[in-house]
Amino acid sequence: MKFAVVVFPGSNSDRDAWHAASQVLGEQAELVWHKDTALSGADAVILPGGFAYGDYLRTGAIARFSPIMAAVSRFAERGGPVIGICNGFQVLLEAGLLPGAMVRNRGIKFVSRHVHVRVEHSDTPFTAACRPNEVLELPIAHGEGNYFADPSTMTELDANRQVIFRYVTPTTSRSRDGDPGEGGDISDAANPNGSLNNIAGICNRARNVVGLMPHPERACELALGSADGRVVLQSMVKTFTERLTHHG
Amino acid sequence: MKARVYVTLKPSVFDPQGRVVADALTSLGYGDVKDVRQGKFFDVELEGGDAPTARQRVTEMADKLLANPVIESYRVEIL
Repeated sequence: MKFAVVVFPGSNSDRDAWHAASQVLGEQAELVWHKDTALSGADAVILPGGFAYGDYLRTGAIARFSPIMAAVSRFAERGGPVIGICNGFQVLLEAGLLPGAMVRNRGIKFVSRHVHVRVEHSDTPFTAACRPNEVLELPIAHGEGNYFADPSTMTELDANRQVIFRYVTPTTSRSRDGDPGEGGDISDAANPNGSLNNIAGICNRARNVVGLMPHPERACELALGSADGRVVLQSMVKTFTERLTHHG
Repeated sequence: MKARVYVTLKPSVFDPQGRVVADALTSLGYGDVKDVRQGKFFDVELEGGDAPTARQRVTEMADKLLANPVIESYRVEIL
């Protein structure tokens, strides 16, 4: 399958995403400049992390006006899988492709460290290969990852099962043999930025657009401290392959 | 014509920066500081037009770009 990785001026995780998709997973991946207007036959779109347009005005606020975003919106409307990672998540929020907004981290500081997130639902293209409630160790690196939405939006997110990742306590078992181990619980101490209800990632109602603050693409090889992120991209490949088989 | 748009976080949204500034003021000895909310303003210079038109145009700009209605509210002043 083919991934398109959008490159905004100020993106800094575009190469990481390209590397994970093409070098680690062995799939096709293409960098697409933000001024392009077509996604050139991609099967999935990655909006990468970074500081698009220097985070001027608000994070993601200017990037959403990039020419490529019209193509990304059309792709998403047709059901195409789109994942926004970190700054890419912020762009999706500003573009209105996902509900809510980001505010400054509760503790003000830019937080750069590994966290644990629990996969809440595996019925999205980016979590299809995850076990129920699987806990992933992933890096975060952001100053504005404090997810906010008004109470009615929060109710809707829960009712539609749109919260896909939550920050949780570490687990004793990181093996993928089915043993859930201890931990993996939602707690205030496990919340690195003050996000409402420990939200680390959400999806849209149609479930094809996913945004998350942690960086799965930076945790696809053990040499990087964790390979837990690989399952996120593998989920996309699995979904794509199953669709091909299904449609014969 | 000049207009100023004040953008602030809605009262329901926690403002971590404002909180830190409030704490700093307290450490400076201003014990009477109860809270600080931080915001920003934009001075928008428009070509020609009258005050009502300017207000309407700038309000539109605030809705579309200058403020994020999920977390922020704004106020327009014609200067």
